[in-house]
Amino acid sequence: MMPTSIPLDYYLILSAVLFVIGVVGVVTRRNAIIIFMSIELMLNAVNLSMVAFSSFLGDIAGQMFVFFIMAVAAAEAAIGLAIVLALFRNKQTVYVDEINLMKW
Amino acid sequence: MSLQSILFSIFAIGAVASAVFTITRKNPVASAMSLVAHFFMLTGLYLTLQAQFVAAVQVVVYAGAIMVLVVFVIMLLNVGREVQAPSARSLRPTLAMLISSILVVMVSSVIVSNPTGKNALSDKAVEIGTTASIGKALFTGYLFPFEAVSLLLLAALIGAVILAKRHVSETQS
Repeated sequence: MMPTSIPLDYYLILSAVLFVIGVVGVVTRRNAIIIFMSIELMLNAVNLSMVAFSSFLGDIAGQMFVFFIMAVAAAEAAIGLAIVLALFRNKQTVYVDEINLMKW
Repeated sequence: MSLQSILFSIFAIGAVASAVFTITRKNPVASAMSLVAHFFMLTGLYLTLQAQFVAAVQVVVYAGAIMVLVVFVIMLLNVGREVQAPSARSLRPTLAMLISSILVVMVSSVIVSNPTGKNALSDKAVEIGTTASIGKALFTGYLFPFEAVSLLLLAALIGAVILAKRHVSETQS
């Protein structure tokens, strides 16, 4: 066993920074595909903190959750990109601010 | 400075830099490529946490499957460089900075209080990260969620096909 000198806080702060970068991406970008990638950034930030907790607490539950989050992320990727595709087919745009059908 | 902290610094800086690149590039393909780099940096971080199985799955599922899907859709839609919208652009960066600073304050206030008090990896970290122990837990304690995930993936598969296919009337005309 190789003990690490890095405390848990470092991983958690890194995870928080990555999550916030994802949030900024979702709020500032117009392209639906890049917004989608920013959501993946946020999911991965949470995964990082889960794995960090799992390894530091010696509990396998965190890594099981990461496994299930990855499965849900794969499902979400397929559905999300299909929605972008259907949207492009109907509206000829992937910019979210040009899609205002339900706005009044 | 130990090898562990050198590796952590490299992967952490790489992860943050590639994440910033992902959300700032105008060209969606450049964004996608930096996201792939980001996933590889996270793989390195998982390895510093002794989570071998998660690291392998990260490469296969995220950097492999999901990014192929994203790049494929970018090519299919032929999305070019993002152009600035003519109006209502001044508010968004301000809002983003506001939200992100609130989030940073909230999260770091919790982290700084150090709720777990852990400063080193658990002694069991190496053994729980292996494929054998993950597989054992998956097929014993987590069997029901595992089966539920298979149902979810089936539903997603059917849903994606139905959403993305052309309507019958459209193909006939």
